[in-house]
Amino acid sequence: MIEIKFILNKKHVSAKIESNIRLIDLLRDKFNLTGTKEGCGVGECGACTVLMNGRAVNSCLVLAAQADESDIVTIEGISNGDVLNPLQKNFLSHGAVQCGFCTPGMVLSASALLDQNPNPSEEEIKESIAGNLCRCTGYKQIIDAVKETAKELNQK
Amino acid sequence: MNKEFSVVGTKVIREDGVDKVTGHAKFADDYKFDGMLHSVMLRISEAHAKINSIDFSEIENNQSLFSIITSADIPGAKKVGMIKNDQPIFCDEKVVTPGDVLAMLVGESEYELRTLLKKIKVDYTPLPILNDPKKSLDKDAILIHPETGTNLICHHPLRKGDLEKGFAESDDILEQTYTTQLIEHGYIEPEAVIAIPLGSSQGVKVIGSIQNPFTTRRFVANVLDLPLSKVRIVQAHLGGSFGGKDDTMCVLSARAAVAAMKTNRPVKIRYTREESILESYKRHPYILNYKIGYAKNGKIKAMKIDILADGGAYVSMSPFVTWRTVVQATGPYEIENVHTDVRAVYTNNPYTGAMRGFGSPQPIFAQESLMDEIAARLHITPDEIRRINGLKVGSITATGQTLKDHEVNLVRVLDVACGNTDFITKWKKNKNEKTHIAALDFKSPVLKESQFIKPGNLIKKGIGLAVSFRGCSLGAEGVDAASAYLSIQNDGSVYLDCGLAENGQGLRTTYSIIASEVLGITTDKIIYLELDTGITSDGGPTVASRGTIMGGGAVKKAAEILLERLEKFVKDEFKLGEDDFVSFRENLVFSRRKGLISKFPEVCKLAFLKGVSLASIGWYKSPNVHWDEKFGQGDAYFTYVYGCQVAEVSVNIATGEVYIDKVTAVHDPGKVINRLGAEGQVYGGVTQGAGYGIFEEVTTDKGFIRELNFDTYTIPTSKDIDEIKPIFIEGKDSYGPWGGKSLGEPTLELTAAAISNAVSNALGKRFFNLPLNLEEVLLSKKLRPADTKRGSLL
Repeated sequence: MIEIKFILNKKHVSAKIESNIRLIDLLRDKFNLTGTKEGCGVGECGACTVLMNGRAVNSCLVLAAQADESDIVTIEGISNGDVLNPLQKNFLSHGAVQCGFCTPGMVLSASALLDQNPNPSEEEIKESIAGNLCRCTGYKQIIDAVKETAKELNQK
Repeated sequence: MNKEFSVVGTKVIREDGVDKVTGHAKFADDYKFDGMLHSVMLRISEAHAKINSIDFSEIENNQSLFSIITSADIPGAKKVGMIKNDQPIFCDEKVVTPGDVLAMLVGESEYELRTLLKKIKVDYTPLPILNDPKKSLDKDAILIHPETGTNLICHHPLRKGDLEKGFAESDDILEQTYTTQLIEHGYIEPEAVIAIPLGSSQGVKVIGSIQNPFTTRRFVANVLDLPLSKVRIVQAHLGGSFGGKDDTMCVLSARAAVAAMKTNRPVKIRYTREESILESYKRHPYILNYKIGYAKNGKIKAMKIDILADGGAYVSMSPFVTWRTVVQATGPYEIENVHTDVRAVYTNNPYTGAMRGFGSPQPIFAQESLMDEIAARLHITPDEIRRINGLKVGSITATGQTLKDHEVNLVRVLDVACGNTDFITKWKKNKNEKTHIAALDFKSPVLKESQFIKPGNLIKKGIGLAVSFRGCSLGAEGVDAASAYLSIQNDGSVYLDCGLAENGQGLRTTYSIIASEVLGITTDKIIYLELDTGITSDGGPTVASRGTIMGGGAVKKAAEILLERLEKFVKDEFKLGEDDFVSFRENLVFSRRKGLISKFPEVCKLAFLKGVSLASIGWYKSPNVHWDEKFGQGDAYFTYVYGCQVAEVSVNIATGEVYIDKVTAVHDPGKVINRLGAEGQVYGGVTQGAGYGIFEEVTTDKGFIRELNFDTYTIPTSKDIDEIKPIFIEGKDSYGPWGGKSLGEPTLELTAAAISNAVSNALGKRFFNLPLNLEEVLLSKKLRPADTKRGSLL
């Protein structure tokens, strides 16, 4: 067992963990943050995407121990209390959600993009979510939602 | 019908949307219970073997093991099935495909349990493996299920007119063979289920990623030998299904329930992606032989069709999948003389069943390829040949059904699609730009200079189209009815529930829109209840694109019952004249004479205080259909929808890569109820159809699947398709809510055929085998890895 300390959704937390567990297991099993989903376990589908120090990572490919001293944001930490993040709002108004299983990862990948590149081209948006598989939506309404969010953020 | 709609047809945000974007929506694997046990499956690395014995002695006393669950623990049916009970819950006598499970271990830690699997000794005798469906009906073929006496799962014949006469009247006859591949549903959420024992008076409760809770209930009750009322199935938020979380989830639910009853603890089964792809059923591969006779004027005179479907190791839905094929095999064309045979057979391959499309994408690829080929022979454009033969009002289909009571919009969707894409001009231009892909000579692989491709000639453009008609709902597969429950609270808020289950497509939102339209309230007043078979009445399965037309019909009825009751109450309560008229709009109540008289919540409160019942059950039963098995004749479906898709592609003639520039999807789904949802169906369906068209394929080696995860089984990403344009032609129909019919499956079934025709337009050669991956485009054949047993999890 090792002890790690990190920031999780803006709160300082610590955990005693086995050295072989993955970040996704830590989040889902110890912190009950089940918004992070497991779709493939090999880093192909992106359903387990979380933000680690501002970057979108597949939490199934990160060991929990690597979270030590880092800043982790999950889907549960992306809205401000009951006020939805602009990306979440636009996902809803554009019909970018169907079954919703890929949605948390999609929102976080798009969020990482907009943090680093507030004015992305359509190609850059597609690239940013190319590691997040969605079988329901054909991506079109997701791309539109990210585009609209970027537009709104730039108008502010 | 000049009704003005306030909610129907507008863009409404999903009723479960906020929970899904915040991560609060609970999917099956997100549920945990006190004392919950986990489980792992025992399999062997064989596609066909007789099991002699299973020796658990080495693990029996292991502390990580709570219990071993085998077939001996099953109190009721040991074999189950959608149509035929040929699939064992635990295969302890014989395995017939690599996904088969022999037994299950339960304990506290899934990780620890996995290490125990290797210590179980299974003694078995390998049996010969049957992989080629073409050999399934050979006299000396090994029987997959010897007790049935044959490998034939089903045979649907269809006989219309006089085939010989039709061919005699033809000026030309064309004969071709097509093949389509095995594919995976690719829902992003792998299977998960938890069974919770409720004690002897209540039975068992199952929560899971279940497509059709009432079907699952039937399976679990049979296996546990319990009455239906002692098996409660609750659907968790479902992470995609596309027809795929039906049989598999029924079997998994039964295993979890058996374990829960034995251990008296909640038991969870959750699959890795590899187990999901290994064990779950897939879309049928087809071999399709078509012989078509046609006259010089383009009129098709006769069609002889012979189709063989690989059903894999179990019957599953094969008889119904292939039945839709026999009804729709000619395509949407009026042909006097038709002779069709569709058969499904057993093999040791992964079993095949329901997948979005359900027996239509395969024949559409064949028939739409043929129509283009006939057009080319007659020197007419692809739209012309379809206009000459296409179904119209009053046309008689291959099953002898006269199309009536709805707008038969086939030619209209075709015209709109062609007009919108400038189809004819582009098609002719691409066709006249000569290309040829150098035929590679493997003996002297050095290209001559004349074979070099100049950089500017690398990309060829192509455009192609495909059309279809599709029978709505179940048709003559079985009785077709749906139910909905609506209950208005005394503050005007509303509970809504329906016997059809949300599959992620937005069915609950569509139903909320329908109820809100009828009752004149805003959708935020409606709370949609989770589907619990202990509370909701059985509305049949969410299949066959029947959500809107059947469930929507039931919701509309439930709401109309309460509307009528409320109107009468308001007239009495507010002492309105007999000739006055009450209307409900945006949570307000109006009298035609007096204007605004009250608010919806106030009226509901008054009605409650006066003892008026504000709960109702709506029931919608489809009109009768009929079917003659011997000749394949009858009114197969009570109504149909029509679609046309145009694909525009860029083909790299050096690599064979097909890039999809644009798909224009013109559909007549009847009245569009949920606009955001409808557009989403088109984007998603076209994208799935494109994956089927150009790269998705599950390949097997002696029954073993090579592609067990998304690293090797590739589905389309955000970068694989450029533009998709949905266009709706809202044809009138007397069935469904305000004429709202079907859309989910039509969007998918056309795309691969349209893409194939587009690539042919670009390259000037035809394609006969899906998918159009690099080697198919370049070499007209598939290159298969020669290596063997990957795909085993052991």
